[in-house]
Amino acid sequence: MTVPLLDRRLVVVTGKGGVGKTTVAAALATAAAASGRRVLACEVDATGALAAALGVAPVGYEPRRVGPRLDVMAMDTEASLREYLRRYLRVPSVGRLAPLAAIFDFVATAAPGVREILTIGKLAYEVKRGAYDLVVADTVATGHVVAQLAAPATIGELVPVGAIREQATWMQDILADPARTGVAVVTTPDELPVAETVDLVGAIRDATVVDVAAVILNRMPAAPAAAAGAPVDLFAAATVARLRDEVGGGIDVVVDTLERARRRHERACERVAPLDTVEGVARHTFPELVDHPPGARATGVLADLVIEGAW
Amino acid sequence: MTDASVVLVCGPGGVGKTTVAAAIAAATAARRDARVLVVTVDPARRLADALGISTIGNAETVVDPGRFPEPPRGTLAAAMLDTVASWEDLVRRNAPDVATADALLANPLYRTVTSRFAHSHDYLALERLHDLRASGRYDVVVVDTPPSRSALDVLDAPRRTAEFFSSRLLRWLVPAGRSAAARPFRLVADRLLGARFVADVTEFFTRLATLEEGLVRRTAEIEATLRDGSTSFVVVTTAEDGPAAEAAALVGALGERGLAVDTVVCNRMAERTVLDPAAKEAARTLGRHADLLAARLGAAPGDDVAATARMLAVAGSSFADERVVAARQHRVAEELAALAPKLVRLPRLDGDDTASGDVTDVGGLVALGGLVLD
Repeated sequence: MTVPLLDRRLVVVTGKGGVGKTTVAAALATAAAASGRRVLACEVDATGALAAALGVAPVGYEPRRVGPRLDVMAMDTEASLREYLRRYLRVPSVGRLAPLAAIFDFVATAAPGVREILTIGKLAYEVKRGAYDLVVADTVATGHVVAQLAAPATIGELVPVGAIREQATWMQDILADPARTGVAVVTTPDELPVAETVDLVGAIRDATVVDVAAVILNRMPAAPAAAAGAPVDLFAAATVARLRDEVGGGIDVVVDTLERARRRHERACERVAPLDTVEGVARHTFPELVDHPPGARATGVLADLVIEGAW
Repeated sequence: MTDASVVLVCGPGGVGKTTVAAAIAAATAARRDARVLVVTVDPARRLADALGISTIGNAETVVDPGRFPEPPRGTLAAAMLDTVASWEDLVRRNAPDVATADALLANPLYRTVTSRFAHSHDYLALERLHDLRASGRYDVVVVDTPPSRSALDVLDAPRRTAEFFSSRLLRWLVPAGRSAAARPFRLVADRLLGARFVADVTEFFTRLATLEEGLVRRTAEIEATLRDGSTSFVVVTTAEDGPAAEAAALVGALGERGLAVDTVVCNRMAERTVLDPAAKEAARTLGRHADLLAARLGAAPGDDVAATARMLAVAGSSFADERVVAARQHRVAEELAALAPKLVRLPRLDGDDTASGDVTDVGGLVALGGLVLD
């Protein structure tokens, strides 16, 4: 059986743009901290969205405590490089190195995999350092995450020697260990996100050493009222006619709206079917939250579901 | 021969941009005697199916006029942006000679670098657009912009490209620039990455720099066409808080660049009828008097009246949930209306994710696009 998501040390959350990755990452971090783990939540693309989903002000590279056992940071590859140079190369006064910005430009733009390794390297370093029980990374959208996860291997192939090469080995060890590292792919019950999820799981398995820990189905529309197994069919013309007499003409809109909701639910169920081809991965579901737009409250509601479900 | 007019469809990810772009193109071809092309980035299989083309390739594919519900007045073609092929094309066109182009394309670093260089997707979308509009083959080109971290990346891509080529970094890397000032840079780079690797990269950039003149001239042309009045901007969003805020920021940022958004499309809206006060009242009554109503619904003997009552109560509260969503969406849409001269609300076609419209056929696209054009 696979290791439960929150029992790992590094969970990398990804998914197609617009599926609610950030909210899911925030919910996982919140749930993990609430259940007693020391958690670092890291937003990799540094848009401030993760902090917003946790209901806190934007954060920087230095982790900031935002709640009991919960720290948040934003990835900054230039700061990561600075830290890296200090830590591993013993470049003493990095701050005074005039061309640092240019070096950063160079490694980030030119050398394949270097920006990625500075990102994944920082995450892996936090795992290695052991100050946190769990690091939750809200990463970039699907297209890029494979490059990030494969960075240590890429570096190994492209950079034959040098300090960065040497660091790639221990990172790879952490990433390759399914007890420590797992990817959570977030999707909604829609055609493209589902297709992309199936492809992504394949790509991660083919191109990286990292374990796919979970597929998280987000915003699943609720099964509507009529599915409750009552002897009366709400949608039958006769029922509607009777109810119209009892509760007024507004019933037509009510029934029509619920009928649409039912179709939406049915289509959603059809659309997630391809996920069944993904084997050996835990599947978790978050319902569509109707009265909680994304934000701290929605995150809290979802975090409770994570705890209840012992993800 | 005049250049094509361009409709640039932009907005946050996951809001149905691609379908809206295809719908605008289909409706334009249906209504106007014009040669219309839609350039998409990442079409869903169902969209390709709807257009009747098994795959949308880098080459332009004409959509069979027989697929339109009635004969279109113009023609419709679709093409996809294939970044790899587009880059090769770009390198070949701008390299000083065939040998340099071949050497660049053969370099192992080429793919990894180009895939990330100066937001290459965004740049290539505009590059391709520039070619197409000047080709004389189309009157209208509708472009579905790539999903970007920020939709603005697309518009800033030409400037970034120019900046990249004029950067100090490149000057340090190419041999002519190996001055004393570049030495500390090279020392640290060698130490980090190994001297051999740095030498490989240097060679690559030396060659890449030969493309500069052509690319920089080109980016200036592209930027100019965004402003010359032949390009219109359509921003697509959903009426959810996150995408709507992103759309508002996008409209503002376009404005700062002197680019006006004509139309904001608010996609996947709940029906306005959900807000009907009589419906609210009816749903409330369902919940409050579920037991009474269940009894009156005349169940047969032995029927589980309590189950009917539960069903009615759940129906009442489910409708209340739907109403909350609808109210929020219409409130957000009101706010979006202030952003542009025209706000189009597209209905959510329940169960369909690629957009609000039914996109199982060209007729559905024409109908949906008609709502945007009207």
